[in-house]
Amino acid sequence: MNHWYMLTLVGKDRPGIVAKVTAALYDGGCNLGEASMMRLGGNFTIMLMVDFERSSKALTDLIGPVAESLDLHLHLDRIEGRLHQHVEPDVRITVYGADRAGIVARVTGALAEAGLNITDLESMVGGSEDKPIYVMQIEGIAAEGIESLQAAVDVIRQDGVEAHLEPIDTLIG
Amino acid sequence: MAILEILTYPDARLKQESQPVENFDDELRAFLADLEQTMLAGPGGVGIAAPQVGRFQRIVIVDCSRTRKPVPNHGRLFIINPEITAWEGMASGREGCMSVPDYTGNVIRAEKISLHYYDPQGTPQQLDAEGYEARAIQHEIDHLDGLLFLDRLVSRRNDLFRRKVYQ
Repeated sequence: MNHWYMLTLVGKDRPGIVAKVTAALYDGGCNLGEASMMRLGGNFTIMLMVDFERSSKALTDLIGPVAESLDLHLHLDRIEGRLHQHVEPDVRITVYGADRAGIVARVTGALAEAGLNITDLESMVGGSEDKPIYVMQIEGIAAEGIESLQAAVDVIRQDGVEAHLEPIDTLIG
Repeated sequence: MAILEILTYPDARLKQESQPVENFDDELRAFLADLEQTMLAGPGGVGIAAPQVGRFQRIVIVDCSRTRKPVPNHGRLFIINPEITAWEGMASGREGCMSVPDYTGNVIRAEKISLHYYDPQGTPQQLDAEGYEARAIQHEIDHLDGLLFLDRLVSRRNDLFRRKVYQ
């Protein structure tokens, strides 16, 4: 019987955070599951599945002092989760254009309407301070087929952003 | 014919190099039939290599005639003692493996290859493959050198080329 928690840590980035946090978790008797760490706007962010047989309070007591010493905000959720729950995306959509308010909502709205179940989304703001560009890569499952998504992508393009869609055909060898 | 057991990582045997076939005999051809049946019994596999079933010889089967979306292909290929003699272009694609369940990742492969190999009768053959079929052949030949697609992963987030040369 696993007791999974989702541990979220956010704070100013500095070298060595992952090593210190995971060492404390290991020393405290935790097993780690899947994790996603990203630097967003100069911030360190991580979401980490932690398998721990004791209470939420015990886990907070274990990791709290480490988080505090690293100036990290800590958030903990008990989750109904387990490993080996992967779903395979079958489509990738890349969107980019001059950064302006509402791009994500418009693009994801059109794609959701066309049957996209997003499995992975990441976006970056690049370009220069005075001419920012927004780049977004989305992977997902085309529940209503690729053609329906392609039509949505064509609509997104009329909105003044570049967008293209490519199928992901996973090769099993 | 029989469905053979697939070795799964971290079985260390998957990391060993396989030896060339020397005897093109009935025993080899019987093994090929079992290997093909094992591939067909798997979850949508388009290829299989002998070391995946614990036989460490340079034998692979590739069949890209059964893909969900049709791709250029040469049908079912029995490929023995293969040697890739030319590569052209590079592309990233998602791969998984019967020996690495529940994980897929992006891998850079040559888009076109020329292949020299022997058929089950021991006759030298040559073919040019592209796209998905070329990817499948490269994936399977890697098994013969003890390499898994995990050894060639590029970023899931960016199709970055690693500083790694093809052997």
